[in-house]
Amino acid sequence: MIETTNELKKEDKKDKLVLAIETSCDETAAAVVKNGRDVLSNIIYSQIKVHTVFGGVVPEIASRKHIEKINPVITAALQDAGVSLKDIDVMAVTYGPGLVGALLVGVAEAKAIAYAAGKPLVGVHHIEGHISANYIEHKDLEPPFLCLVASGGHSHLVMVEDYGSYRIIGRTRDDAAGEAFDKVARAIGLGYPGGPKVDRLAAEGDSSAITFPRARIADAPDDFSFSGLKSAVLNYLNQCQMKEIKVNKADVAASFQQAVIDVLTDHTIAAARRLGVSKVAIAGGVAANSSLRKQMQEAATKNHMTFYHPSPIYCTDNAAMIGVAGYYEYLKGSRDGWDLNAVPNLKIGQR
Amino acid sequence: MKILALDSSGLVASVAILDENQVIAEYTVNYKKTHSQTLLPMVDEIVTMTGQDLSDLAAIAVAAGPGSFTGLRIGSATAKGLGLALEKPLVSVPTLEGLAYNLYGTDRLVCPMMDARRQQVYTGLYTWQRGETDPASSMDDHPEFCIVRPQTACPVEEILTACIEEAGRTGRSLILLGDGVPVYEDLIRQRLDQAGVPYSLAPSHMNRQRAGSVGVRALALLAEGKEETAAAHAPIYLRKSQAERELEKKRSRGSET
Repeated sequence: MIETTNELKKEDKKDKLVLAIETSCDETAAAVVKNGRDVLSNIIYSQIKVHTVFGGVVPEIASRKHIEKINPVITAALQDAGVSLKDIDVMAVTYGPGLVGALLVGVAEAKAIAYAAGKPLVGVHHIEGHISANYIEHKDLEPPFLCLVASGGHSHLVMVEDYGSYRIIGRTRDDAAGEAFDKVARAIGLGYPGGPKVDRLAAEGDSSAITFPRARIADAPDDFSFSGLKSAVLNYLNQCQMKEIKVNKADVAASFQQAVIDVLTDHTIAAARRLGVSKVAIAGGVAANSSLRKQMQEAATKNHMTFYHPSPIYCTDNAAMIGVAGYYEYLKGSRDGWDLNAVPNLKIGQR
Repeated sequence: MKILALDSSGLVASVAILDENQVIAEYTVNYKKTHSQTLLPMVDEIVTMTGQDLSDLAAIAVAAGPGSFTGLRIGSATAKGLGLALEKPLVSVPTLEGLAYNLYGTDRLVCPMMDARRQQVYTGLYTWQRGETDPASSMDDHPEFCIVRPQTACPVEEILTACIEEAGRTGRSLILLGDGVPVYEDLIRQRLDQAGVPYSLAPSHMNRQRAGSVGVRALALLAEGKEETAAAHAPIYLRKSQAERELEKKRSRGSET
């Protein structure tokens, strides 16, 4: 009995290496993370060029690319970290939400590796991964904190109550913030992916040139809605065309982006104040937006809150964040079986 | 030479461990449950039950396609993960060849067909012919596998025409199998009856994918040196994605005008 306890303690002190795989959308990614905080490697194969010609991610093509790239990406992650598979303690993999065919590649691959190499398997929620990306560069960050998750598929306000314990405070009622960026980008002829392109063009425009709506939802102050804003932009463009007024694309981009950022920032700070939280973070692809980071920082400082955000490389889809979230899930005792399936509409906090 | 074989190309999920002499274990399920949830637990089941050491495997064989795109990728990713972790090569077995191997040694023409939707089937045409006789046993004729028509996606009419032609040319009768048969049974019977080609529809123990057959085909391919690395392996789809087909159509229309 005593021996077992000692062994467990010794085991506890040993560094834990997580090999993580992420294939939920159009990035094939693998990473090795030590003790949930130190990223030893972070390999991302971005398929963006493959999908650009189609104006968006084509699920079947994404799945095909994942199968092609997955082994080389995993091998590179192990090599970059200077470890071999036998040094790995835990396999973590994104099992939802995302494109089902894409998720299945990572899930089947991770299960087979964990099975053949005799490693415990932990399925990870993609958004919980995005939130956990904040732990990588902020070693002092610990729950509780409030996190705004904004990406092409998600707009959520999430209260991180403890490691691996999440409560959704608000969510989008229609389009995700990133989706609105993509649609507006297409409408003003910037193409795909919209986020970074709008961000770049907005820097040359006047953000107060056009007044676009900032939607609030009655009785649900923490929820978002971006479809009205998107429609307002499209209407504006149509009207200009009808009246034969030349559109200043930079002004449209800047004014649209400002409306999104105002909503995201206001909602986050208001919720944090109401919940009495002094730490706010952002995550997801839209979190890489330079103006959003600047405005969130200013608002947080003004309200005596500490603001956390990941570097852009950890805002886009990556496996390092999955390794971090997987580590804390592992510590909580989560283990998955060889029947783990992809869950395309997996809810936050659901297992 | 021990092999683990997987087939998740269609509705059937099937796994087997075998060598040149025997199938040590085979587990086949033809039931509507996602391969993602069944395939690896089935592997685990037969490995545990027969006390296998995975490091003894010479290779991992997988029905590489054609088939359901998602099903193929589940089998492929499972094989690739096993290959990566165990540092073993993969053998990519064309799905239709694996199906044809259900009828090893027959001198009939074997036509496996899988429903490919859009009025098409994934199909091929195979048979066996006498190989070289063994000097030590002059009656053993070592049947040689013949690919009369390699696997393709085509209209069912097209493969039936090819079957009738080949049957007429060779005087061989026909066996059909695969999940495409019940879908097009009326048409198959009508066309073959009309053409006067003797045929038979394979019975249930040999008319769907079986990992045992995939494994035996893989042993033959291995003997020909046809193995690949786990990293290089990818499914054989035989079809482009819908988005690519539409783009090509749009582009060819554009170049015409």
